[in-house]
Amino acid sequence: MENLKIELKEKIIENLNLEDLSIDDIQDDDTLFGDGLGLDSIDALELIVILDKDYGIKISDPKKGKTIFESINSMAQFIMDNRN
Amino acid sequence: MKTCYINGMGCVSAQESTNFETLLDLFKELKEPVVKVHKPTYKAYIKPAMIRRMASGVKNSVVAANIALKEADLSNPDAIITGTGMGCLIDSEKFLKKLIENKEAFLTPTSFIQSTHNTVGGQIALALKCNAYNMTYVHNATSFEIALIDALLMIQEGEESVLVGGVDELGDYTTELYRLLGQIKEEKSLSNGILKSNSIGTVFSEGASFFALGNKKSKNSYAKLIDVQIIDTCTQEEIAKKATSFLATNNLTVAEIDVVVLGINGDKDFQDFYSGFQQTLFKNTQQLYYKHLSGEYNTASAFGLWMAANICKTKSIPAVTKLNNKPENGIKKVLLYNQFRGENHSFTLIESC
Amino acid sequence: MSLLILWLSLLWITEIRMSKGVAITGMGIISAIGNNVEENYNSLIQKNDGISQIKKIDTVHASHIKVGEINYSDNELISLLKIPENNNYSRTALLAEMACKEAVKNANITNINECRTGIISATSVGGMDKTEQYYESILTNAAQQKYIEAHNAGDATKKLARSLGIKDFVTTISTACSSSANAIMLGARLIKAGKLDRVIVGGADCLSKFTINGFNTLMILSEENCKPFDASRNGLNLGEAAAYLVLESEAIVEKSKKKVLAYVTGYANANDAFHQTASSEEGIGATLAMEKALSVASLMPKDIDYINAHGTATPNNDMSESRALINVFKEEIPSFSSTKAYTGHTLAAAAAIEAVYSVLAIQNNVVFPNLNFKEAIPTTNLIPVVEVIQKQLHHVLSNSFGFGGNCSTIIFSKTAL
Repeated sequence: MENLKIELKEKIIENLNLEDLSIDDIQDDDTLFGDGLGLDSIDALELIVILDKDYGIKISDPKKGKTIFESINSMAQFIMDNRN
Repeated sequence: MKTCYINGMGCVSAQESTNFETLLDLFKELKEPVVKVHKPTYKAYIKPAMIRRMASGVKNSVVAANIALKEADLSNPDAIITGTGMGCLIDSEKFLKKLIENKEAFLTPTSFIQSTHNTVGGQIALALKCNAYNMTYVHNATSFEIALIDALLMIQEGEESVLVGGVDELGDYTTELYRLLGQIKEEKSLSNGILKSNSIGTVFSEGASFFALGNKKSKNSYAKLIDVQIIDTCTQEEIAKKATSFLATNNLTVAEIDVVVLGINGDKDFQDFYSGFQQTLFKNTQQLYYKHLSGEYNTASAFGLWMAANICKTKSIPAVTKLNNKPENGIKKVLLYNQFRGENHSFTLIESC
Repeated sequence: MSLLILWLSLLWITEIRMSKGVAITGMGIISAIGNNVEENYNSLIQKNDGISQIKKIDTVHASHIKVGEINYSDNELISLLKIPENNNYSRTALLAEMACKEAVKNANITNINECRTGIISATSVGGMDKTEQYYESILTNAAQQKYIEAHNAGDATKKLARSLGIKDFVTTISTACSSSANAIMLGARLIKAGKLDRVIVGGADCLSKFTINGFNTLMILSEENCKPFDASRNGLNLGEAAAYLVLESEAIVEKSKKKVLAYVTGYANANDAFHQTASSEEGIGATLAMEKALSVASLMPKDIDYINAHGTATPNNDMSESRALINVFKEEIPSFSSTKAYTGHTLAAAAAIEAVYSVLAIQNNVVFPNLNFKEAIPTTNLIPVVEVIQKQLHHVLSNSFGFGGNCSTIIFSKTAL
């Protein structure tokens, strides 16, 4: 689980071009959207593709992203619960 | 008739053109066939949250627009008008490449949404929180000039200020395609500069030049923008007549033009349009060129206007831009003429103020 | 005395603002519901939509995405237009030629250069269909390299200008899904300013893998027929189309004693300045565009008899547009409908085809229905027209919004005002 969280942080930084950030800047319970990391609806769509491509989990309703991508913790938990 | 003033301008180009200390005199002729922009310090102009999705053309435009608005002391223009011949090539190519390579799987939206031609105008509006008129022209080498025509019309219709600019960016795949078409010179023909290259094709480059126009003169005003005309297609024989009639509609004769700025790009197949002006119509006029400094791109003529307006304000002509040497009688009226591959002709007339 | 001056200057201002609309003297269209104006009209009043599965594009999404595709193949269009076989027409350019030809014929133009004539065309994808088809092979296949320059947005306009014989004022606009509204607006402004006597305005976009996949990444494509303004709407259908209008000055119309189809009386362009792709929840840009267009036309909201809405059927657009309609029209929302369920969202061509539909509505005093609507969006509760209805139409307002916050509104009127 800890490794997964680090992996997710690396992927988020790389795929969302957050080049000024390092994995130490993102806490496991930081809010990713809005006031936290400042991600937006387009980033949510990028994260949906990461889940599909790297973890084989498909999300068809973008609205579900809201709870799944709340934080690194929630994302990692969702992946653990849903990957085959 | 309301008068339209160029009250501020910013330019990102292959030269170090965002640095206010730089003199046009220090600009150097480009000696490579494909030259990218001299990168400004983007972070000094763009918020980190916005910059992360921006490709080169958008970033360069935001920087150039920023400088232009600051010079004109303008925060919320009445219109934002952009010209871009090729649009956001980098993101278009990125999305297309992934689409083909991944066979339509695992595609993400960012490069798609940044690929539309109006991304630049949209991003500037977003950064300024500007709800005003927002327009994007995409007609090859007259994209910038039609933007100017619209801007002039806006001022005539009663708007007070317009932000207008021209931008194009290099994309690797597209550059490769135009190389195949023979539109890009080989390096060896450039050793003595484009005028002596005696070869087809030109130097490909990129850049963004933005202008803050207003209906009132300010202490920073560079020049008055008098008139702009586009002619999509025209023969060499017709072009001289088009030039004189353009001047005539502005109550001017050829003799009253102090400086003519030509879009010569070194392509010998299409040089004749310029040679006619150099040798006949404007043979007694001070002639300048600029694409040896900016390179060629669909909106390179915006760099030409930036240079010409600078000359109008400083009243001095950098040696590196001169095609001939005429005794200076003061620089008042400047005419720009541009065409690309024998099409997309344009005349732009400015006057010092 | 000062009151008199005030009154006189007010009169003068009113005089300027009351300047006549710009005449529409011809129109042409090709879309998924018809290859010309008449076919489009018949489909509209017979409630025949043009939405189907993808047939002409080789895409992995063919089986599950629905689009508004035009029946003719590229080769059929080439032979209909009598274009030499060795051409470099993109599908966008072919569709543009079809619609433009009809428009010019409809306007009875025999000598295009008898007056100062310009052309303003809009597109978003340009020649992307050929670029994506030959992406790899074009690098080595010399025969395909003719398509390199056909990719540019300006290429279709250039081809139209060359085939019509227009040499000077030729330009192309690309403001995403609002593009051709801006072409109409610029044309009308140039005529009003006396810069041109006649302008052919419109837009064209073909379907491409690029746009299908692009909209797919945004997760806003519906797998069913789209349901504009419905509570359960779940995305848009893409479409392809082209449409052009011939705009002419009052002087030209008077001289030729031409029949005027309708007038462009109002136009406006504003920016939402909210997000690169999404519309603001309160519909700021859309509200501004409608208000400004009404003011250009010197009309009050109550003067509008029908609204051809943008209505793409994405959750975001229809909500935002509904709010904007309420902002402008308050409790008295005019009859409105989106025709996107007939044609799909045809991107840069959308405003031009909907301009043709707006003119048809005025000519025939008929409001076209908003197909597939069942239940209103609970928070806004707006109910579009769902059946063909006959009513006197004087002023029709048409909305078009796009990425980059671009929002445009055009108002068409039966008389010049």
